Amino acid sequence: MIAYIARRIVTLIPILFLISVVSFVVIELPPGDWVSFQIESLRMSGVELGQDEADRLTRQYGLDKPPHERYLRWMENMILHGNLGWSFQWNRPVNDLLSERVPLTMAISIASLLLSWAIAIPIGIYSATHQYSVWDYIFTFIGFIGLATPGFLVALVLAWVIFTTTGFSPLGLFSSEYLDAPWSIEKFLDMLKHLILPLFIIGLGSTGGTIRVMRANLLDELKKQYVITARAKGLTELKLLLKYPVRMALNPIISTVGWVLPGLVSGEVLVSIVLSIQTTGPLLLRAVLAQDMYLAGSIVMILSTLTVIGTLLSDILLAAMDPRIRYGGVKK
Amino acid sequence: MTSASTNDKLIEVRDLRTYFYLYEGIVRAVDGVSFEIRQGRSLGVIGESGCGKSVTAQSIMRIAPEPPARHVGGEILLHLGPNHNGEVIDMLKLDPRGERIRSLRWKEISMIFQEPMTSFSPLFTIGNQIGEAIQLHLPDLSKKQVRERTIDLLGRVGIPQPKRLIDSYPHQLSGGMRQRAMIAMALSCNPRLLIADEPTTALDVTIEAQILELIANLQQEFNMALMYISHDLAVVSEMSDEIMVMYLGLVMEQAETGEIFDHPLHPYTQALWRSIPRVEGGQDRLVPISGTLPSPYNLPKGCPFYSRCEHRMPGICDAVRPPMIEVSPNHKVSCFLYKSEP
Repeated sequence: MIAYIARRIVTLIPILFLISVVSFVVIELPPGDWVSFQIESLRMSGVELGQDEADRLTRQYGLDKPPHERYLRWMENMILHGNLGWSFQWNRPVNDLLSERVPLTMAISIASLLLSWAIAIPIGIYSATHQYSVWDYIFTFIGFIGLATPGFLVALVLAWVIFTTTGFSPLGLFSSEYLDAPWSIEKFLDMLKHLILPLFIIGLGSTGGTIRVMRANLLDELKKQYVITARAKGLTELKLLLKYPVRMALNPIISTVGWVLPGLVSGEVLVSIVLSIQTTGPLLLRAVLAQDMYLAGSIVMILSTLTVIGTLLSDILLAAMDPRIRYGGVKK
Repeated sequence: MTSASTNDKLIEVRDLRTYFYLYEGIVRAVDGVSFEIRQGRSLGVIGESGCGKSVTAQSIMRIAPEPPARHVGGEILLHLGPNHNGEVIDMLKLDPRGERIRSLRWKEISMIFQEPMTSFSPLFTIGNQIGEAIQLHLPDLSKKQVRERTIDLLGRVGIPQPKRLIDSYPHQLSGGMRQRAMIAMALSCNPRLLIADEPTTALDVTIEAQILELIANLQQEFNMALMYISHDLAVVSEMSDEIMVMYLGLVMEQAETGEIFDHPLHPYTQALWRSIPRVEGGQDRLVPISGTLPSPYNLPKGCPFYSRCEHRMPGICDAVRPPMIEVSPNHKVSCFLYKSEP
């Protein structure tokens, strides 16, 4: 088991290197850069910039250097100093910007993932064990609606409904009176109150799918011989259900942990914009639009890294759950 | 084969009817099956695929999937024996999820299944899964005693190094070893009836012989009754004191093994016997049974074998079901060709 984990961690290094190259290239690919974007927006507002000024700006931001040199500098700073670069757009270090938002994004992602599991797995189990019952049809119907409705639309509608019925504005992360207040229990509770709606909406997006996956897997497993064996042994239905088929049916759901994160991040961009929550999604969108390359590159890099780590975690979890995977690569 | 008194009945099945209610229609998987098994004796059940032999076995343990299965008639009487003051329980009257039936499963009746590959969950060691059964029915045993009992059982079914293999996962064992482990699990609570539902179908012929011998020996050793289900006539004749021939959810003929092999009465049994290759049979061609099974959704009104029978009597056989008649003591047949003993 330890050897397995060690092997997996070593293979992460080349993957992370490739990710950094791809992140950089992706950000470099669109024509133009931050300076040309600036000049363009100045021209739009009627200010004409001379070529000298443009060259000076390009030099100042280091954009005159060839791409591979810039990549190497970015990497050098990242690895040696943990410095992800400078955001042109915000005129602040990328580290500052991300340290505000990445933890919040991860907290929302993980919490909404857990929330969606907490809702979807029991419903999936119920639907599979009561196939074609009234509640199975009701859950299936709700699940399909959840799958088909865009999250931002639900966010808009629910935010409006909550505001008109209770007078509480669920937008943003804090109510206005706590915005600049120091941390206190009241501020924390206020934040939780604001987080319920986004969590609910982001989590719900994947809940419908997870219900379907859980239901389908469990239906397959319930027909297996080992379930009948367990029943013949005299186990109670609940105990045999949880010990045998449910654990098998969870495997595919666990293996999706890795790519839940990018899915949630891209899915939550619109929801976050609608509910004006400062996560990385809207930040990435603005950075890409403004060609704020180090910020955008760093976000892509961090999200990809988290995805890779998430995949690793899900593989380790799978190996812990299923002995066939654990012993798969080991010769007797 | 010892003749036993009528008091040591273990299980009595009377007119069992188990139907499957599917979208496509009703499948009468078991449609009026009666038999009994006495203590320590063995009953072989033969029939083609889909004749209801497995469903009969599952009905006895009440593990047929309900729904779609429903037990629409009959009774399954389990005689609990002197330890329980001779109490008799109708398994069909119990709640299939209830506590009573769970306490009877595996303790009184246990079962070996066809597929050793899938009858264990891949996620737990075989020791865990066998120990689970022991702990469930013998809750007074400590964990250590459960483990010792499991190791002892694994040794008795011929698993080498049981102390080591108790902690292996099913996928680490071969098919034959897994079936041995399954037998160990089936015997773990000293059941009085062991149902073996085609336990060797998925195994190699050489392994099959070993497993059959093992089951036969253990039946003696544990003094269990055995219900052996197979489509393999040779195997069934080896394993059973009595044989019951099933066709489309009905019993066609039932007699002691020697008797039914020497004097098969029902045209279906005779046709089956003709389709067995015999060592002394010389160059004779095997005779297959002509025709195909009728649709299970739409069974004929009369004898189910009518369409394939060589001796069919139009107007008689296709009008009503032939009743089960006792032609000679303990030899019953369901066919209009015979008259019951006066």
